[in-house]
Amino acid sequence: MKTEASIALPVAAGAPSPQAERTPARKRWTRPVLYIVFGIMAIPFLFPTWWMITSSFKSVNEILRFPPSLIPMSPSMEAYVKAFTFQPFAQQYFNSMYIAVIVTLTTMLISSMAGYAFARIRFPGQNILFLVVLVGLLIPSEVTIVPLFQMFNSVGLVNTHWPLILVTSFGAPSVLATFIMRQFFISIPAELEEAARLDGLGRPGIWWKVAMPLAKPALSAVAIFTFLNVWNLYLEPTVYLSSPELFTLPQALTRFVDAYSGPMWNVQLAAATMTAVPVLIVFVVAQRQFVEGLAQTGLKG
Amino acid sequence: MSIVSKSRPAGADALAGRPGPASPGRRGLTLKRRDQIAGYLFIAPQVLGIVIFVLVPLALVVYYSFQEWNVLSGSIEFVGADNYTKLLNDPQIGQVLLATAIFSVGIVCTNIPLALLLASLLNRSGRGIAFFRTVFFSPVVVSLVAWTLVWGFLLQDNGGINGLLSVFGIHGPNWLQNGPTAMASVIVVQLFKNVGLNMVLFLAALQGVPRELYEAARVDGATGPVLFRRITLPLISPTVLLTVIITIVGSLQVFAQIAVLTQGGPGLSTNVLVYYLFQQAFDFHHFGYGSTLAIVLFVIVLVLTIVQWQLRKKWVFYEN
Repeated sequence: MKTEASIALPVAAGAPSPQAERTPARKRWTRPVLYIVFGIMAIPFLFPTWWMITSSFKSVNEILRFPPSLIPMSPSMEAYVKAFTFQPFAQQYFNSMYIAVIVTLTTMLISSMAGYAFARIRFPGQNILFLVVLVGLLIPSEVTIVPLFQMFNSVGLVNTHWPLILVTSFGAPSVLATFIMRQFFISIPAELEEAARLDGLGRPGIWWKVAMPLAKPALSAVAIFTFLNVWNLYLEPTVYLSSPELFTLPQALTRFVDAYSGPMWNVQLAAATMTAVPVLIVFVVAQRQFVEGLAQTGLKG
Repeated sequence: MSIVSKSRPAGADALAGRPGPASPGRRGLTLKRRDQIAGYLFIAPQVLGIVIFVLVPLALVVYYSFQEWNVLSGSIEFVGADNYTKLLNDPQIGQVLLATAIFSVGIVCTNIPLALLLASLLNRSGRGIAFFRTVFFSPVVVSLVAWTLVWGFLLQDNGGINGLLSVFGIHGPNWLQNGPTAMASVIVVQLFKNVGLNMVLFLAALQGVPRELYEAARVDGATGPVLFRRITLPLISPTVLLTVIITIVGSLQVFAQIAVLTQGGPGLSTNVLVYYLFQQAFDFHHFGYGSTLAIVLFVIVLVLTIVQWQLRKKWVFYEN
């Protein structure tokens, strides 16, 4: 599944070739017209993010001004300061961060182990067990949320981070990761493993020293979509967590509401900016891996 | 998903099946046996995780659908098929299922054509093209709640959308405060958030269409729309089908957008199944009825998956 590699391929059917000695007038105009069309179509994709970032530096009055200003007239960091004092936002940021990191690392580990075993090792009952795992792809997490809540409630783990960490690391969300790792490990040549075996490596050694170093592209795909999935979880934290100091970011974002005057727009937008922009920056830097990683979630068939 | 039947590489069998040349193994275990044990240990965390956090809850959700919680005494009691009778007689469920259907159909009917259009237009080279691919994909990586909050503000009566409309002399409605426009708003917010992902999938599929086919057809006198209908569409049909199903299943799971933008309102107009389930189970503590609603969701997703399998056999033009 080398999505990006193929996306990067040049020249589609119908695109004018640069060598053509005399491009017909119609074709010469294709590109500028296309860019204008794209420019207009891009507005609903870009404007919300632009508006979120710029408005976080505005005063509430300026945000509510009609028509809205595109650039803050007197930029201020006030909303950012307030985001941290109104809620335990630093704590909430840390919560989201550490949960996402732990779940991502755990998922990478268990999915690469299971994916490797399903792809390269033969053992009785393998197909049945693989089917059992794949059931996880069929069941939306919303279906099991009620019993999971009751299960964690009965062992006193509601209003802790354990349900978020355990369910996302081991349950349904990790199945896709296992599947992707399996598809990857199937493709590595058997000779490599034979050679490692002759060198005296056992299965764990072959997995860790031979297979894993080769699996970096698949692992980065798994890491990216797992991290984004956990970073954006909303239903689960809403169900399991009730203390503000335990909240994760998406949940915290909705709580910047003043009891009397409704949402504190600039504070909320400052918090939203702090939630979204770091991920956007990483995306712009590691675009290829992002697109590849997220496209994998759609190519599971 | 023809996953299970997919053959494993021939070498893996030889490697795993053959006892090592002169290595009976420590403690007298054959290589094959040790390999099997390693296999079980490797998959243990994943399989146990699925059993504990997916299969057990799935069985429990069926069990719970025959129970109801007594909120006052805090006890659980068996109520037989009461929850299912309640489901059939629930005056709200019709509207909830209708809202769910409108949302899903609305998403599919806008997302797939827009994704295909963007992919077709962007299926060429150039620096500008790469830039616009990034632009159209970027909402996918923006935090969902942040994205939704921003749109929530833009859609307010005195928000940015109506501000823009007023430039053209149009007095826009209060988008989130009346049924049809609220539903349309939720669909649009979700559309722009996710269409980039489908666009990328379609781009990959379009790149897989051999160019010779277009050239041959053009020699035969075919032009743009015909090329698209007769060559492109049949050849990318597996991706289209897969994308449609993923998009429908994804839209059935919508929760955060509803919770942030409309809380299911006004009335029940945007109260989709997952949001209704959440309300019943966690706002009203009807865990039994919530479980019954979860089963409805499960059955819908299951039916869609089976339909996908069946269609894949019949409709899809080719499969690689």
